[in-house]
Amino acid sequence: MWGFLKRPVVVTADINLSLVALTGMGLLSRLWRLTYPRAVVFDEVYYGQYISFYMKQIFFLDDSGPPFGHMVLALGGYLGGFDGNFLWNRIGAENALITQSRLMLLESVLIFFNLLAVLSYLKFFNCQKHSPFSLSWWFWLTLTGVACSCAVGIKYMGVFTYVLVLGVAAVHAWHLIGDQTLSNVCVFCHLLARAVALLVIPVVLYLLFFYVHLILVFRSGPHDQIMSSAFQASLEGGLARITQGQPLEVAFGSQVTLRNVFGKPVPCWLHSHQDTYPMIYENGRGSSHQQQVTCYPFKDVNNWWIVKDPRRHQLVVSSPPRPVRHGDMVQLVHGMTTRSLNTHDVAAPLSPHSQEVSCYIDYNISMPAQNLWRLEIVNRGSDTDVWKSILSEVRFVHVNTSAVLKLSGAHLPDWGYRQLEIVGEKLSRGYHGSTVWNVEEHRYGASQEQRERERELHSPAQVDVTRNLSFMARFSELQWRMLALRSDDSEHKYSSSPLEWVTLDTNIAYWLHPRTSAQIHLLGNIVIWVSGSLALAIYALLSLWYLLRRRRNVHDLPQDAWLRWVLAGALCAGGWAVNYLPFFLMEKTLFLYHYLPALTFQILLLPVVLQHISDHLCRSQLQRSVFSALVVAWYSSACHVSNTLRPLTYGDKSLSPHELKALRWKDSWDILIRKH
Amino acid sequence: MPPATGGGLAESELRPRRGRCGPQAARAAGRDVAAEAVARSPKRPAWGSRRFEAAGWWALLALVTLLSFATRFHRLDEPPHICWDETHFGKMGSYYINRTFFFDVHPPLGKMLIGLAGYLSGYDGTFLFQKPGDKYEHHSYMGMRGFCAFLGSWLVPFAYLTVLDLSKSLSAALLTAALLTFDTGCLTLSQYILLDPILMFFIMAAMLSMVKYNSCADRPFSAPWWFWLSLTGVSLAGALGVKFVGLFIILQVGLNTIADLWYLFGDLSLSLVTVGKHLTARVLCLIVLPLALYTATFAVHFMVLSKSGPGDGFFSSAFQARLSGNNLHNASIPEHLAYGSVITVKNLRMAIGYLHSHRHLYPEGIGARQQQVTTYLHKDYNNLWIIKKHNTNSDPLDPSFPVEFVRHGDIIRLEHKETSRNLHSHYHEAPMTRKHYQVTGYGINGTGDSNDFWRIEVVNRKFGNRIKVLRSRIRFIHLVTGCVLGSSGKVLPKWGWEQLEVTCTPYLKETLNSIWNVEDHINPKLPNISLDVLQPSFPEILLESHMVMIRGNSGLKPKDNEFTSKPWHWPINYQGLRFSGVNDTDFRVYLLGNPVVWWLNLLSIALYLLSGSIIAVAMQRGARLPAEVAGLSQVLLRGGGQVLLGWTLHYFPFFLMGRVLYFHHYFPAMLFSSMLTGILWDTLLRLCAWGLASWPLARGIHVAGILSLLLGTAYSFYLFHPLAYGMVGPLAQDPQSPMAGLRWLDSWDF
Repeated sequence: MWGFLKRPVVVTADINLSLVALTGMGLLSRLWRLTYPRAVVFDEVYYGQYISFYMKQIFFLDDSGPPFGHMVLALGGYLGGFDGNFLWNRIGAENALITQSRLMLLESVLIFFNLLAVLSYLKFFNCQKHSPFSLSWWFWLTLTGVACSCAVGIKYMGVFTYVLVLGVAAVHAWHLIGDQTLSNVCVFCHLLARAVALLVIPVVLYLLFFYVHLILVFRSGPHDQIMSSAFQASLEGGLARITQGQPLEVAFGSQVTLRNVFGKPVPCWLHSHQDTYPMIYENGRGSSHQQQVTCYPFKDVNNWWIVKDPRRHQLVVSSPPRPVRHGDMVQLVHGMTTRSLNTHDVAAPLSPHSQEVSCYIDYNISMPAQNLWRLEIVNRGSDTDVWKSILSEVRFVHVNTSAVLKLSGAHLPDWGYRQLEIVGEKLSRGYHGSTVWNVEEHRYGASQEQRERERELHSPAQVDVTRNLSFMARFSELQWRMLALRSDDSEHKYSSSPLEWVTLDTNIAYWLHPRTSAQIHLLGNIVIWVSGSLALAIYALLSLWYLLRRRRNVHDLPQDAWLRWVLAGALCAGGWAVNYLPFFLMEKTLFLYHYLPALTFQILLLPVVLQHISDHLCRSQLQRSVFSALVVAWYSSACHVSNTLRPLTYGDKSLSPHELKALRWKDSWDILIRKH
Repeated sequence: MPPATGGGLAESELRPRRGRCGPQAARAAGRDVAAEAVARSPKRPAWGSRRFEAAGWWALLALVTLLSFATRFHRLDEPPHICWDETHFGKMGSYYINRTFFFDVHPPLGKMLIGLAGYLSGYDGTFLFQKPGDKYEHHSYMGMRGFCAFLGSWLVPFAYLTVLDLSKSLSAALLTAALLTFDTGCLTLSQYILLDPILMFFIMAAMLSMVKYNSCADRPFSAPWWFWLSLTGVSLAGALGVKFVGLFIILQVGLNTIADLWYLFGDLSLSLVTVGKHLTARVLCLIVLPLALYTATFAVHFMVLSKSGPGDGFFSSAFQARLSGNNLHNASIPEHLAYGSVITVKNLRMAIGYLHSHRHLYPEGIGARQQQVTTYLHKDYNNLWIIKKHNTNSDPLDPSFPVEFVRHGDIIRLEHKETSRNLHSHYHEAPMTRKHYQVTGYGINGTGDSNDFWRIEVVNRKFGNRIKVLRSRIRFIHLVTGCVLGSSGKVLPKWGWEQLEVTCTPYLKETLNSIWNVEDHINPKLPNISLDVLQPSFPEILLESHMVMIRGNSGLKPKDNEFTSKPWHWPINYQGLRFSGVNDTDFRVYLLGNPVVWWLNLLSIALYLLSGSIIAVAMQRGARLPAEVAGLSQVLLRGGGQVLLGWTLHYFPFFLMGRVLYFHHYFPAMLFSSMLTGILWDTLLRLCAWGLASWPLARGIHVAGILSLLLGTAYSFYLFHPLAYGMVGPLAQDPQSPMAGLRWLDSWDF
């Protein structure tokens, strides 16, 4: 922690002995007994799992952030000889920064790159003053961009710091534009260099992370289902094994499975089975009593449908195959029951505003079959309008009622086996994924007889061609799904709200020794947290005071000291603000460790404020000495607190319940005390 | 271009505060234009023309206003049935007339005004406003529609005057006025009983008075200065009083005021006392005055709605005691909870209801097969519970026992009065919420097991205190598992009669879901006290109603499998809203912006950003601009900048909102966007004309450009006007339709 504390001083003093000493201390405090505990701690359970996936090169999807962070960890694990066969599913049950950085979680890596970005920008800014376009100028500029993209690549939170650096760079660039001693060409070169380093390089690097990620994980894995059929088909194994080599163009007579593109609440396929809708629902409404059509989240022989030409009777593909095109009229015949997909003006079971969709049974009553559907290919190219398996996204528009086949998202009750409800949406308003379908498995039907056809439906599809998605298509889909993925479980024992972070009203228990009461907590050094917040408040008040006085033409500070004060504030206070305030707008589950990046910036501000008070506000020598004494006293109290909380940071000592109670300084801290 | 205009612009520096005030500014602007006219005519009547100019200026304003009123009031009575959200806001107007209490997520001013308009125009509040499409028949609805249309009509003159003041150019103002007059969206939205015309009226009034007062800055503390400043405050209160969207215009005025004060503060010729006076004036007019007015609207709201109505259940027990007709009104009940009392227990979170149980079991497979415990919003015998000691089953109401009060920290048992089962929890998973425990009714005639014991705690009070009816916020902690009784707010399926789930949560988080209060209280052994002493004070009511509104707003979450409007759809006019009618036989009204206007606006924003940054960079590089160009760029950067800020503030916050969004949320932003278009094209055309000054017809470019834009807009209105005034006959894909060929985007459905 002290390493962070003194870094701004180091920035100005360049390399000196204290840097080495501080780094040593920082490393020591973090690496000390790093191998302890030998059990899985908290979120390591997730990240560890992901790393195993890398080792086995299996595709996975995580909503917490882009892949770079995982890869860094994987690389570490790889170098450390970790073979990916350890099962990461047991949880063995400032101090906060030490705790966080000792364990294998992403925050410490993120903080490292955040600080690296700010540091290298400062270095670059110093170079700008005396030697623009020098080698070190280029080095630090590029490093800023690289660090930014690494930070974003680890967790999306890194975006906040990136935005901050961009903002500061933009302000400096604006000053540069105003500098009339420079020629237009020179200004243009400056701007170009910044644009390349701070915009182009991060974007390229970010894409590169994904490129490597997708190259590394080319096998199918547990998260396949979330992705589109096309994406899944591009992975080795899984769906690709089935779809590889199936015919591309859907023709009349094709046998297909239809997957809903939206895939919420679960990915599923259009399905039907022998059972009919109950004559009367529980609420007294009636149904058509025809065969149920549902959406089913598992592979099943009842998911097969045959695309039939309404003008002909045959259910096989003619030779040569006649492809189905955008705007064609089709009938969809359920493979196992040979009944065709139908909708009519009967209210759907759970969504009474929409039409019921059924497989038509002729009861010989005045309810004719309405089984004609017009095919609309949503993503048809300008050159071709043929229905392609996997690639084409299609809608089925009912010819008689112009209702659209839709997944309503509701689960049917027991009579529908809790499968998902399918409806005909009459008022379809614009594009929505729940009305769009794509062919997943596909083959040309050849059997004339129903018995043979059933056998054919049960057999796996044949093999002949492969198709691959371009990198950009895969990237954009993956990116989109990552951003759109929401975890629904919004409650956790240790979740907390942003307001609790500043006052350290919360903690996270990471690990408890299986037998003794040794435990590891994410818990801050309260002296540091309070003084960090205090420094921020002092900084804000002093800045406001100076600003108002300057406006009235009273200059308390010399110009260069003022500029330094502003820059330090913009980076540190700004860094705190951009890493903290956005959490108030987020609706996901938040934990204390989300605050750590903001905290590091706050701590950076501390020495700035201290230095400033001693340099500019202490008038006499006496005041200065008193102030230094206070700083020393504060410092030692921080050390003392750090030492007292040490057992909770390292988890190396088993404390008695009494001692633990004594450590519970705030009622809201959740320290685990074993009952004996 | 006549030198008068450019020179005038350069001279005035166009800092808003250096401009001229009120009618003077008007005359000045008029003079510029008249000077143009004069330059064309050979004669120069030097003196007499001034009055003529003023008359022309007023005539133009009158024309704009008249056109706006004419378009808005044309066919106002069509269709004579409820359209879209009229079903809500008309109904709420009726509630005011009938004085029954209701709940809505918006502040009350807009609905109060609608109610007032209805009342004054002879509407008696008897129409039910049940669903869109219901015919009004003999009920008088034109008063309410007329009132909304009246306010909606003022948008155009307001925008006209604002742009005129910002750009000092009649042609820019005219262009803006035309865009808004001929926009089918603004027109449709102004013609029905909705909150939006009222909201937009106040937003534009605030913007106009802010601009006006900025241009009075050279004469601070004069009468017009005070007038416009306080008018800004009044309009802000109005905007916020209609919808919370009014916060955005408050933000804009706030930013403007801070910049203004910052400028004054840096002016060393002003003493600190003067600056202090400025500050005080603004605090008075822009903070104190609006807050007072806003509070006053709520005071009127609570005063008018004095009868019990459909909104009662959303509010706390103490609140309900105010409403006549509610069973808590004028009631008197024992104040402190004692053993043997029969009580109802209400969850403190809005719209959760009372702790409830009934003779139905949890179905097979869902926890233990014991009696269901739910929460229920309506008053019912099954909400009654008896509070008993945990260890004895003797009847505490036996007159031989002394009264024993329940105290904070006591261990109690809650027995359901109708079924005699105890409130019970155990280590079974709750029906809907994972990781929570199931809560059931258990035991026979009050005899159960130790899982029926709960510790009753008062939030933030000391142990041993008595528990007050209505006022005490209490928690029930299950003794064995240590979990807290709460309601998740999730609706149970059919088997639970669609009541809300009750769980016992192991997470000891302070949320309202797990805090309850005692509402009804029956204990014959205790003296009753009147509830009037418990009635909340006005600030408490105000705070509570705001909490309820905010929670109501955030509770409007979009459903996953439904098509929802996204903020990026709006500026491109991606999809409209059906106000009335679906089939080809219906009278159809479709809320959709005039695509020509909207796409022009979109293009203008891009053009503005481009030209604005070119000019800004050129100025930062210290380029020497000719006086005229400098003047025009000032208009573009300052006037345009203010309007652009307005657009940004009224548009981008929607991207951060989690609630359900609709197309009509964009309309305040669209007003700003149209003003930007007016300023931008006028300035660009003038710059163009200046650039080609050597060319003989240069000046004509400006006139021709503005004229063609005006005519183009008018023609597009001619094409699209059926959207607003109503269409009958086949849908647009049919060649027979009146709208055939006009469905330019597939996503429009009319």
